[in-house]
Amino acid sequence: MGTESQGTTRAGGLWGWVTERFPLDSMLKEHLTEYWTPKNFNLWYAFGVLAGIVLVIQIVTGIFLTMNYKPSAAEAFASVEYIMRDVEWGWLIRYLHSTGASAFFVVVYLHMFRGLMYGSYRAPRELVWLVGMVIFLCLMAEAFMGYLLPWGNMSYWGAQVIVSLFGTFPIIGGALVEWIRGDYFISDITLNRFFALHVAALPLVLAGLAAAHILALHHVGSLNPDGIEIHDELDERGRPKDGVAFHPYFTVKDTFVLSVFLIIFCAIVFFAPTAGGMFLEAPNFEPANPMQTPPHIAPVWYFTPFYAMLRAVPSFLGTQVWGVLVMFAAIAVLFFLPWLDRSPVKSVRYKGPITKFALATFAVTMVVLGLCGMKPPVGIYPSLAKIFTVVYFAFFLLMPWYSRLDRTKPVPRRVTFHAH
Amino acid sequence: MSEELDQGRRQLLVAATSLTGAVGVVLTATPFLASWKPSARAKALGAPIEIDLGKLEPGAMLKVEWRGKPVWVVRRTPEMLKQLDQATPFLLDPGSDGSVQPDYAKNTARARNPEYFVVLGVCTHLGCSPLPKFAAADVTVSADWPGGFYCPCHGSKFDLAGRVFKGVPAPANLAVPPYTFLSDSRILVGADSAQSA
Repeated sequence: MGTESQGTTRAGGLWGWVTERFPLDSMLKEHLTEYWTPKNFNLWYAFGVLAGIVLVIQIVTGIFLTMNYKPSAAEAFASVEYIMRDVEWGWLIRYLHSTGASAFFVVVYLHMFRGLMYGSYRAPRELVWLVGMVIFLCLMAEAFMGYLLPWGNMSYWGAQVIVSLFGTFPIIGGALVEWIRGDYFISDITLNRFFALHVAALPLVLAGLAAAHILALHHVGSLNPDGIEIHDELDERGRPKDGVAFHPYFTVKDTFVLSVFLIIFCAIVFFAPTAGGMFLEAPNFEPANPMQTPPHIAPVWYFTPFYAMLRAVPSFLGTQVWGVLVMFAAIAVLFFLPWLDRSPVKSVRYKGPITKFALATFAVTMVVLGLCGMKPPVGIYPSLAKIFTVVYFAFFLLMPWYSRLDRTKPVPRRVTFHAH
Repeated sequence: MSEELDQGRRQLLVAATSLTGAVGVVLTATPFLASWKPSARAKALGAPIEIDLGKLEPGAMLKVEWRGKPVWVVRRTPEMLKQLDQATPFLLDPGSDGSVQPDYAKNTARARNPEYFVVLGVCTHLGCSPLPKFAAADVTVSADWPGGFYCPCHGSKFDLAGRVFKGVPAPANLAVPPYTFLSDSRILVGADSAQSA
């Protein structure tokens, strides 16, 4: 070392000892104190941080749940009841975890909609979006497998329906389903492997992807509600004029948002943990019964828009694989978003009326499809689901045309910002 | 030792090492992926089962679990068998051409013996368990209901031989498992004959 380090001031003590051996100092600078964040961030930009915090809540509460949960068909349901009734504070840990699952999807959907509004997926942030989409897929798998673990009747039949989706593929379907279940039906064996994936494999993958998501973001820098690259306008020190350090400016703001979030979150945990059957469904308070289907099978709310699209497609040519393909396509099309948007501007603020209308329609579409997926397929709902499935795909597949044709406003060079 | 790099030799070694490594990865992955297949115990528990029909009354239905699925045996009355013909014009696949059943059950009654209807109680849409609604004009289904099975999940309807009606999500008739009569009142489900069990 010697000669090299003499020019720089060296911190002493434990901090100095550590930073000489580990890049803690430079990591903190790169990701917190010298990560230049656009100063015009609004509330929409807090949901990524919230998603990270919910991930931590899920991991911590999940670890504590595994200490009392038994992943076997004979014991699973009773062990969850044991957690609820006999384990000290077990009810709280479980309700934090079950509410956390829904909260995860709330913040992730808002986070994704933020990206959609402000063009967060546009070049050079395509990989941020793609990694985020893989996180979304993992999250859906994680939620689905977690839902089987209480071994309630809705757990059982929900898994039955979703695993059967893979059976619709021609030729390989039957063998594929048998391979996923490890049995001729959803059994103890299936429960055991879903447990392994839910508590070990997928959380590891999720944590790794979350790190990749943040690294990719910090490599290209955050966009903002104006859709302007703040690194195009640098001061004499080479720092973005419209940027402020993530810490302390946004850690403080995010802490405030977190406080509000936790008030709502805890209110649900304490006063309405089932959310009227939205977060925990009534048939799941009965043990799994392979011989008895619940009167109406509906997935938890966060899957219902995609479930509605699955049901909207009728079977033809003797197979109902088409609905399954449409559902998978609904998720797959999101991956292509960075290349579907051909608008010269990134943010909705400077996009024209067509895009604004399309975006509002899309928000309504997701809500309507979500509603259709919750309701039994009778009355007006099947028709609504069909119409809005078409609208959903139209939003994405027509985007290359309407995003290019739409009138845009000139984008300013500096962000819109009013000091508080 | 020569100062010059032999690029050709290096490329060959890189290619050969990568290929060997790739083969190794595939071979190593095989036991892990294969461990997900039904185990020996799961296969043993999925063996054929015997059902005693001696106490089944005409018009009644018996439910037995086989491979985790409900197997239904309905002892159909002559009136119920007549309902089959009334339903025919409204069916998607009346001849069971696009449906799963052994050859001996590919007939109108979809059974070896029309009196006893053996079927898997699993909706061919997404695997729910339909409900028996044998009475005609059952208002919980519809006023013109001819009698049969109704799936509460997504509204699929089947007649008293498990044949699917038109215009519902299910694409095929309820599947008939392989079965055989061991005597007049005993059947074996899961095998086409007593020998093959």
